[in-house]
Amino acid sequence: MTINEVQQDLIDEFSLFDDWMDKYEHLIGLGKSLPLIDPSLKTDDRLIKGCQSKVWLHAELEDGKVVFTADSDAIITKGIIAVLITAFSNRPPEEIVEADTSFIDEIGLKEHLSPTRANGLVSMVKQMKLYALAFKAQLKK
Amino acid sequence: MAFNVSDIRKDFPILQREVNGKPLVYLDNAATTQKPRQVINSIVDYYSGYNANIHRGVHTLSQEATDAYEAARGIIQQHFNVEKPSEVIFTSGTTHSINLVANGFESILQTGDEIVVSALEHHSNIVPWQMLCERTGAILKVIPMNEEGELVLPEFKNILSARTKLVFVNHISNALGTINPIEEIIAMAHEKGAAVLIDGAQACCHLKPDLQKLDVDFYTTSAHKMCGPTGVGILYGKEAWLQKLPPYQGGGEMISEVTFEKTTYAELPHKFEAGTPNIAGGIAFGAAIDYLNAIGFEQIEKHENELLFYATKELLKIDGLRIYGTAARKTSVISFNLSGIHPYDVGTILDKMGIAVRTGHHCAQPIMDYYKIPGTVRASFAFYNTLEEVNRLVDGVKKAKLMLS
Repeated sequence: MTINEVQQDLIDEFSLFDDWMDKYEHLIGLGKSLPLIDPSLKTDDRLIKGCQSKVWLHAELEDGKVVFTADSDAIITKGIIAVLITAFSNRPPEEIVEADTSFIDEIGLKEHLSPTRANGLVSMVKQMKLYALAFKAQLKK
Repeated sequence: MAFNVSDIRKDFPILQREVNGKPLVYLDNAATTQKPRQVINSIVDYYSGYNANIHRGVHTLSQEATDAYEAARGIIQQHFNVEKPSEVIFTSGTTHSINLVANGFESILQTGDEIVVSALEHHSNIVPWQMLCERTGAILKVIPMNEEGELVLPEFKNILSARTKLVFVNHISNALGTINPIEEIIAMAHEKGAAVLIDGAQACCHLKPDLQKLDVDFYTTSAHKMCGPTGVGILYGKEAWLQKLPPYQGGGEMISEVTFEKTTYAELPHKFEAGTPNIAGGIAFGAAIDYLNAIGFEQIEKHENELLFYATKELLKIDGLRIYGTAARKTSVISFNLSGIHPYDVGTILDKMGIAVRTGHHCAQPIMDYYKIPGTVRASFAFYNTLEEVNRLVDGVKKAKLMLS
């Protein structure tokens, strides 16, 4: 599947819920299913600034693809991370750098994308793209 | 006048709106209060009827604007029982007032002198004193708090000494709602010859301090927490202190005579009011105080205590809910957490239900560190909140708990 197809899948998945409660319950469920991060990776240098809840993001390059793992102390934030990981993890760095993020609006999580929102989703997306950019440069060498 | 909350709510246009498809329940009053149309209208009237610069024009508009601005100072003076209008300095708010005093004390403090602040402070309020200590070599001391969120007065007594020059305490804690025993704190500080500055930002929408009776040296508050506009507040200072402190900012209005050799400063209060002030804001601040007094602080206190008592009782029925700040004397602020659930998650779910609360550390990180928590959910009530709104909050918290557990 291409990155756009994965994002379309996410949009379809979330469009099943008309009610905010169902949507958030689904998001919370995704948060709970997020694989646990190795505690040794929950260090201050992996902490994303600008979050009211704590978010740790780690990235590794495996077979030319970026693999993200992350965690948060807040469950809704964790659900949002799960969505982002579905959309961006296991992708070549180039694709992540160039990926469109408008699917977040379409899912109906736009309010979390506002730069003034304290959960730092914007910082999360930015950090994922920065990791990808760094790996892209590394691969070119 | 009988207190009727549904009549009062009609004065607040914003309380009629919906958020996320539900009628708004505004419980973030400790951050800022909503504004009644009487206050909004005073701003509209000023800009549409007599907008002009003050204190200098001979024309009619300027005179009208000056009269209205000075009348507002008079309303504030009376409200706080201040001896002279010149002891009421208009500022942009409490942060400005605190920096004005901190700046003034730079010329008074010597290396080794001490400033005492409380553990219950807004952390942004600690910064001006830290900066002052860095500039002067003075030392910052802290009055500790206990588990209930009260200041420990015997410890304060131990900290006080002949070296203490200034004590800074908030009247009411923004994070926990504790009403601090400022009468005792002022008396104890004065015994050692130290001046006292009280930050009344959280207090003045709930109670009416008598500044002469308190015998406080400096007191500050912000209009926006008293149903007035943002960007305006006051610093009260005893005349002798205000004479002693040097001006904070240079500019127009604050001078008497200027030559290139020397400037003579204006009389109080203008010495501290450089530049064109927030004229509309000052006038609207006066309107806000008139509005609150028309309702009456006894009535406000009675209603808010009822909300606090009921909300505390109902919230504590929820399993795993803990309230932080259980002082014997507290105002209508409830800071709480649900066991194992992040406050951010609770706040997000409540917002979806149209309920506005604050989540996070409330700019009071030292307090959160004391309880070893990342933050709390804070519901803060004003006189225009209702028991039905408390019910909506309690139902919302129950629903959030169900969804998030």
